[in-house]
Amino acid sequence: MTNIKPVWRGLFLLVVGALIGYGVGLGLDFAVQKTVSYQAPVAGLFSLLFGAIFFFFGLIGYHGVTKGLVFQVLGTLAGALFVTGIRAAMGLGLWGPFLFTEPAWVLGGLVGALSFLAGVGAVTDWWKWALGEPTSDHHHDEPGWEKYFGVSLDHKVIGIQYTVVALLLISVGGLFALIFRTELAASGLQFLTREFKLFDQNGLQMYNSLMSLHGMIMIVSILLGIAGIMNYVVPLLLGAQDMAFPRMNAFSFWIAVPAAVLLLSSIFLGGFDTGWTGYPPLSVRAPVGMQMFFLGVFVAGWSSILGGLNIIATTLRMRAKGMTAFRMPILVWASVATSLISLTATQLIGLAFQLVMFQRLLGMGFFDPDKGGNPVLFQHLFWFYSHPAVYVFVLPGLGVISELLPVFVRKPLFGYKWVAMSSLGIALVGFLVWAHHMFTSGMNEYLRVPFMYSTLLVAVPTGVKFFSWVATLWKGKIRTPVPMLFVLGGIVVFLMGGLSGPPNATVSTDLHLHDTYFIVGHFHDTIFGGFVFPFFAAIYYWFPKASGRRMNEFWGKVHFWLMTPSFFVLTLGMMRIGLLGMRRRIADYDPALGFDLTHLVLTIAGFLIALSVLIFIINFFHSMKNGEKAEGNVWESRSPEWQVPSPMPMHNYEHEFEVVGEPYDYGLAGSRYVKFANEK
Amino acid sequence: MRHYVIVGILVIVAAVGTYTGLHAVGLMPVEASVQAAPIDWLWNLEVITISFLFALIIVPMVYSLVVFRRKKGDNTDAEHIEGNTTLEIAWTIIPLIVVVIFAYLGAYSLGETRRVDPNAMIVKVTGFQWGWQFEYPAYGGFKSDKLYLPADKQVLLQLQALDVIHSFWVPEFRVKQDLVPGRITEYRITPSLIGDYKVRCAEICGTSHAYMEAPVVVVDQAAFDTWAKDQQVAAAQAEANATPEQKGEKLYQTYCKACHSINGTAGNGPTWLGLFGHEVELADGTTVTADEAYLTQSIKEPQSQVVQGYSPMAFNPAAVGIGDTEIGYLVAYIKTLK
Repeated sequence: MTNIKPVWRGLFLLVVGALIGYGVGLGLDFAVQKTVSYQAPVAGLFSLLFGAIFFFFGLIGYHGVTKGLVFQVLGTLAGALFVTGIRAAMGLGLWGPFLFTEPAWVLGGLVGALSFLAGVGAVTDWWKWALGEPTSDHHHDEPGWEKYFGVSLDHKVIGIQYTVVALLLISVGGLFALIFRTELAASGLQFLTREFKLFDQNGLQMYNSLMSLHGMIMIVSILLGIAGIMNYVVPLLLGAQDMAFPRMNAFSFWIAVPAAVLLLSSIFLGGFDTGWTGYPPLSVRAPVGMQMFFLGVFVAGWSSILGGLNIIATTLRMRAKGMTAFRMPILVWASVATSLISLTATQLIGLAFQLVMFQRLLGMGFFDPDKGGNPVLFQHLFWFYSHPAVYVFVLPGLGVISELLPVFVRKPLFGYKWVAMSSLGIALVGFLVWAHHMFTSGMNEYLRVPFMYSTLLVAVPTGVKFFSWVATLWKGKIRTPVPMLFVLGGIVVFLMGGLSGPPNATVSTDLHLHDTYFIVGHFHDTIFGGFVFPFFAAIYYWFPKASGRRMNEFWGKVHFWLMTPSFFVLTLGMMRIGLLGMRRRIADYDPALGFDLTHLVLTIAGFLIALSVLIFIINFFHSMKNGEKAEGNVWESRSPEWQVPSPMPMHNYEHEFEVVGEPYDYGLAGSRYVKFANEK
Repeated sequence: MRHYVIVGILVIVAAVGTYTGLHAVGLMPVEASVQAAPIDWLWNLEVITISFLFALIIVPMVYSLVVFRRKKGDNTDAEHIEGNTTLEIAWTIIPLIVVVIFAYLGAYSLGETRRVDPNAMIVKVTGFQWGWQFEYPAYGGFKSDKLYLPADKQVLLQLQALDVIHSFWVPEFRVKQDLVPGRITEYRITPSLIGDYKVRCAEICGTSHAYMEAPVVVVDQAAFDTWAKDQQVAAAQAEANATPEQKGEKLYQTYCKACHSINGTAGNGPTWLGLFGHEVELADGTTVTADEAYLTQSIKEPQSQVVQGYSPMAFNPAAVGIGDTEIGYLVAYIKTLK
């Protein structure tokens, strides 16, 4: 076996593991149900988990993520059997259609997630401290790629781990979208029919599960994506050796992995049909998959909260000498603004989901009108996070745009302080606008007008960013390598998202637009413009810093020119039919509406976007080994990380630097931003 | 200076072009209610503003990319322009004024859609998984699965949800309102255009959400009166003449059809074909015979005896007025399905 490349060995074992898992699942299902069902939910779930474990075992052996997943499976079984034992003692039913009963799955899921952390080693140092054993102050990773599959405390390794997992989840979420997008290509049910049966779901249920999971998987992947960029770049921009709390940083990343497993497991356990919003009472009635979804988001939330705390502490305490607030790179401002939101608002979605979990498990009637509860309360709690969350997604991306623009325009960022303050402004106003998602919800009517005012206010700081970007471009000497293409694409797409926003904010027009495909088009524009385009720009831009090589420029351009027009077709088409009567979250539509052709075009556009991302992923992994060498200041940036050779050494800067000028003074003769201790 | 003049002209051209284009395409469906007018008026103002802002950002961007592109071989930096406080203040204050104006207009147009006619006709609307039912208290309280409305008369729809949140939306009427379990929400509409429309549930409500639609028919007052009188009479006659089996079938058509088939195919619930008198395997592993007692109990409390392979349905029969008598009709109907 030693001569076989680890990846091939992993893939071979993946197939073996998936088959074994399927067999084990079928056996367990048969033991409980007494009939053989080839689409049994647990068979699917075990197939996935065993496949993943065997794959990682083939890749790196039994440690790191492999051990974490084994622990997660064992922890889940232990937790579930514990509850099943209690149920046996109480004389309750022991088994359900998904092997275990719902309470058993919930406790099992939670214990499994915590066990993962123990297995992977993310809490080892803390455990040693508790026992009074010494740990090394400076973490040391072995060179090579294996370190990415286990716990590392190096912010750069963690940043790359975050980014790669984000890309993986984007691929999964995108795949789900392709499946239901294909179903929508024509009216009527094509393959997700009522007769379709998989994991205890018929076609319509499967459509809803895929559509709902597409939403949340993408949200988690965005949170991981921005964490990846911030983790990798922020300490480098600040001149810090690492994040303020390296162990908590590793914990924040690794907790997201079992969270993703929980989220994905929901599709096997009956799925759920609520959309990513999980509104009760519908979410009280959905299958067990609903609980796995809630639990997955709950656990992923810890990652976001602790990650935000770390960024803020790092920025407050670990800036280089001379880096006053208004000499910080603009991306740091954006990262702090984003982190303030994720540190303080994430709790509310966790709370909202937890209340529904308790309503389901313990019969507490928080949102049950028969017991004095109020379904609309959930929506307030949910949106108190989930609206600001949108700014969590886009602020770092807008920061990347502001950070990269001066480099490629060769001119200072126009109105630096205004741009910095606009990020904070968006973050703060963002806390006051949540109820604009509820204009038709039946909440108190008098609330609608004040929330309209506060929502429209967001347009002001957002406008400042656009005007400043345009003024930065004006009279520059513009260069357009691939990262800049994505920056420009991001601006235009985000502009589409920004301009289609205010009609949703003014109550009367929103009464028509709410819950239609117009909204779907609008937020895909904001998320692509505010996150996806800048995320790709950031990867193309900092790839040489991380690897010492460049990504292929030609295939980067193909990626851009394939994705951008397809994306315009997709979202403008969505908005168009949304205005004419296409609702959100429907598996089928009335052929009398005449949307068949548009939907076919949208589906084709969706596949072209997927193709472009596939090209990107191949380029990404291919260039790691075979890309053109780029160890110097490839983009002629003034930023400190580009003043030292690539790839970055383990503990970052060999010599400390001092900030001696403004960050973006391109065109000012003799000026510099940083001066290293070994320079004169 | 030359740059600014050219860009200024191009912005105006692009703004007018964008608006004209969007207007020519026609963005909204037919306007079929009085309430749609203030909404479409505000929407049009917003499209004008959006076209202008779009041009204002895109034109100088594209112009810069063309005119200020780096010349081949020029590796120098551009002119060192750090910012301009007057401009920054201007593009903070002017948008602030614009959004406040739009918020004011938004509140104004919302107020227009909420104008109350004290003589509005009341129709009770019930939404459930997955269908609609309309009740006309002004005409003896007959029930219909179509929403007939007279043109040019305000109607107050009292919306009620039986199970989960739904949303009442007729795109041609524009306005949308959620139905929330445990309370009654209001929806006022004055249809202004005779025609056939559809109410479509806009809030995801589970598996068959896509199919939760019902016809909405707007007719003139005379035709409406005729229809309502006919319905009233028909309802009274049907009540008087129907056999229990027929009454059961009518109930089935309204409340049960979405999940239970009568042709043997499995839906969200088990089929009713050949159900009576046969053995049923339950989720807890036991078996029962589907006799009258079992059927009555299962309809009354759907969570109590769940059939193997199905999820408990949350349908609450009492909430739609299905009491013991009606359950008797349903059981009688089920007996006929052999």
